[in-house]
Amino acid sequence: MQSAKGTVFKYGDNVDTDVIIPARYLNSSDPAELATHCMEDIDKEFIHKVNKGDIIVATKNFGCGSSREHAPIAIKAAGVSCVIAETFARIFYRNAINIGLPIIECPEAAQAIEAGDMVEVNFDTGVITDVTKGTAYKGQAFPEFMQKIIDAEGLVNYINRK
Amino acid sequence: MGMTMTQKILAAHAGLDRVEAGQLIEAGLDLVLGNDITSPVAIKEMEKMNVDGVFHKDKIALVPDHFVPNKDIKSAEHCKCVREFAKRNEITNYFEVGEMGIEHALLPEKGLTVAGDVVIGADSHTCTYGALGAFSTGVGSTDMAAGMATGKAWFKVPSAIRFHLTGKPAEWVSGKDVILHIIGMIGVDGALYKSMEFVGDGIQNLSMDDRFTIANMAIEAGGKNGIFPVDDLAVAYMKEHSTKEYKIYEADEDAVYDEEYTIDLSTLRPTIAFPHLPENTKTIDEITEDIVIDQVVIGSCTNGRLDDLRTAAKVLEGRHVAEGMRCIVIPATQAIYLQAMDEGLLKIFIEAGAIVSTPTCGPCLGGYMGILAEGERCVSTTNRNFVGRMGHVDSEIYLASPAVAAASAVAGKISCPCRL
Repeated sequence: MQSAKGTVFKYGDNVDTDVIIPARYLNSSDPAELATHCMEDIDKEFIHKVNKGDIIVATKNFGCGSSREHAPIAIKAAGVSCVIAETFARIFYRNAINIGLPIIECPEAAQAIEAGDMVEVNFDTGVITDVTKGTAYKGQAFPEFMQKIIDAEGLVNYINRK
Repeated sequence: MGMTMTQKILAAHAGLDRVEAGQLIEAGLDLVLGNDITSPVAIKEMEKMNVDGVFHKDKIALVPDHFVPNKDIKSAEHCKCVREFAKRNEITNYFEVGEMGIEHALLPEKGLTVAGDVVIGADSHTCTYGALGAFSTGVGSTDMAAGMATGKAWFKVPSAIRFHLTGKPAEWVSGKDVILHIIGMIGVDGALYKSMEFVGDGIQNLSMDDRFTIANMAIEAGGKNGIFPVDDLAVAYMKEHSTKEYKIYEADEDAVYDEEYTIDLSTLRPTIAFPHLPENTKTIDEITEDIVIDQVVIGSCTNGRLDDLRTAAKVLEGRHVAEGMRCIVIPATQAIYLQAMDEGLLKIFIEAGAIVSTPTCGPCLGGYMGILAEGERCVSTTNRNFVGRMGHVDSEIYLASPAVAAASAVAGKISCPCRL
């Protein structure tokens, strides 16, 4: 995936994996089923409004708490094309890369972008463009090693190709 | 420039003389852990890899503990998937209901984690084993799959924050109060991507169970791991529980730390984290209004060990929980359960009007065995008080030590033993 473009859903600090996918649904590991409850405890409307390609923007420490990979799986299966945040919690960061959900750290973009903005992300250059506001930001590029995992669309493919 | 304790363990497992913060390495693994929620996803991912089986049948631990004993049909299917995988791959360390426990209490007790190990687990509280001087950290299911297949994992070498612990905690102040105090001080992302290294002569005044509790909650400050130096008490624990060879690593004298804090344990007070973040801490003295509660949970990978149960029993002995109070006590492993029974602790709990459950993570993550209704409040010795964590999105969780939890069960509101 070279780029993403979509409408923004905006959240604040410390969005934890319990609100991304509550544990009461973890008796399933089916991505499509998990997606139907994505963000349910923080935003009941999310799953009804999200369209394929849309983007989540949040501020500090996105994905903190439980290591459940079900969280990035649910976000990806809900159709989200990219998550932009000021910072990510470390396990969520690993999990997103490992399952091939594009994420990008950019404090300026995370602060300035608002809900409903149309945003475009170029993964090759790390440039985030807020089409609605006519502004652009430079996100943190991935180290080469992680970029290889992302290019392989996840750790399983990366290991299989090695 | 010297290396931290964590960096030294990682360097040795990557076959390198030295590493520095930010460096990407591939390290060999001594143990790969999964539970009934994370393992089925890992098993599915591993089946997509071009590998014959697991890298080492003795170096994988599978512990169904979250929704076990099976809470519903879907959970039963997950457990079946893990059980069959364990059988197919001849996994030595698979723990069925009768021999199980909450993973992070069980593994050290079974002697599977020792000083100098590198451990990954598909559970965020895998950082618990830092209490024994191991590098251990939580990962997701795909990392677990890759770990089971290859025996290796990639890491970004962390920098560290050093906490100098001095003095001796007062009566009714425990490891839980120490770590809640620290999280209150640095915030839920205060140690993001970093090691939390605990040092100082105050450590000798902390029991192993206190240290497990402290290392366990490093993740609640965003930490990659929490780690303690290996002293006589840690060595005695390992000799009692394990036949595995351990290796003691010490930080270099000229190791560099991002930040340093000194904490005099004698000044700490019983500390409670208010909804909905572990960083929202107040000491018992700062709580001036009555916070009436409906439920108390004493247990979990954070506080379900013997010290915790002994403390709770000391508070509950000869007393009774408040009218209408639901007090749920969950020994973390079968061995702890048995010992608590031998010591008469279970009798004290039941006579005080509490219930005692078989080991399970159940209520901590809102799975089962103590779900909260709308508007209900719970004092819990668990580790997270996020929105909806234990049930309804409009319920509230107050995180505290076993002493505070037991006293609150008696008082019917947030309290501490010194106020009963």
